[in-house]
Amino acid sequence: MSEEQITRPNVSLGKGVENLETQFEERIARDEKIEPKDWMPEKYRQTHIRQMSQHAHSEIVGMLPEGNWITRAPSLRRKVALLAKVQDEAGHGLYLYSACETLGISRDELYEQLHSGKAKYSSIFNYPTVTWADMGAIGWLVDGAAIINQVPLCNTSFGPYARAMVRVCKEESFHQRQGYEIMIKLANGTPEQKDMAQDALNRWWWPSLMMLGPTDAESVHTEQSMKWKLKRKSNDELRQQFIDQTVPQADLIGLTIPDPDLKWNEERDSYDFGEIDWDEFWQVVKGHGPMNKERMKARVGAWEGGAWVRDAAMAHAAKNAERKEKEAV
Amino acid sequence: MSTKNWPLWEVFVRSKNGLEHRHFGSLHAADAEMALENARDVYTRRNEGVSIWVVESKNITASNPEHNGEMFEPAQDKVYRHPTFYELPDEVKYM
Repeated sequence: MSEEQITRPNVSLGKGVENLETQFEERIARDEKIEPKDWMPEKYRQTHIRQMSQHAHSEIVGMLPEGNWITRAPSLRRKVALLAKVQDEAGHGLYLYSACETLGISRDELYEQLHSGKAKYSSIFNYPTVTWADMGAIGWLVDGAAIINQVPLCNTSFGPYARAMVRVCKEESFHQRQGYEIMIKLANGTPEQKDMAQDALNRWWWPSLMMLGPTDAESVHTEQSMKWKLKRKSNDELRQQFIDQTVPQADLIGLTIPDPDLKWNEERDSYDFGEIDWDEFWQVVKGHGPMNKERMKARVGAWEGGAWVRDAAMAHAAKNAERKEKEAV
Repeated sequence: MSTKNWPLWEVFVRSKNGLEHRHFGSLHAADAEMALENARDVYTRRNEGVSIWVVESKNITASNPEHNGEMFEPAQDKVYRHPTFYELPDEVKYM
């Protein structure tokens, strides 16, 4: 067989795929949505599985730091609100897992990736929630940063992801408000309560800034993600937006952002801010945050501990189906 | 480990009477009854619906977008199915 014979089919196949890819990119550029059964480049599928599952895992693991405080909420009003918020997070995780499954990966595989540590989740959830004020700071800052990240995703190119995000964003704004309300109450309370609020802000401020992702210079996927509308603004732009909208909210309730370099810049019409400790960020991402082990232990424990319930439900369903069949005869 | 995974269900919700059921998403449940209850908790936590349908995903037969050509092409050259195909004098009203 000549070399030409061997290579020719490959070349034409390559061209065919290239053609499909060009058409695919053009569809996205025209703002057409991609649906699960449409042809898509393998990289598009893999990138979406990675991002959507990371997002789902973050919602699921994100229940743990807050679930920690449900039984200790200071009033019934706070308790029902926190309970509803945590339930929403479970819901958001489920919307996103379902959307992710349309790309041909099973729920079990997704869980397996989370539990084995192969898949990541937002590293902000690897910090501990040590006081009630942390519930305020998380709602206000962490959900605030999440909203900034998520709103542009309502227009992303993959239909199921965009639809899930529309639902998520609609529900998320209550999360931020309930958090800020907790902070208002504490900031206007006794000196001890105000200290508690300030302490929570001190601990959550920097991790919240990190949550918006590495700097543009360090961010490897940005260009591709922009093309696929997985991203509309760069991490640094999102971070600036978050800072600019959050600082006045802190001022309003008399809390101080823990950044001595924070200063209004007239010229830029934005705040200048201090250096972010990216070493800390990468340490936490790599699994050395204060709560990484604890979170995974709780998550895997819940999954394994619940196995008998899932099995019992299947056995019950099978028995019921059998009974129905008998009755029908 | 579980011996058997919960099957996948598609969820359709009627947001209010007068509107059709619309696909809302999917979920896993052991049987239809549990799928309905889970659908209520996952997709209608804020009064988004007055009626829910669930159907096991494996029972849905879907068309393949790769065959959209032959699937939907027959409708494309039949402009005479649209009212604008017919020429009427300008004086005709209410038609």
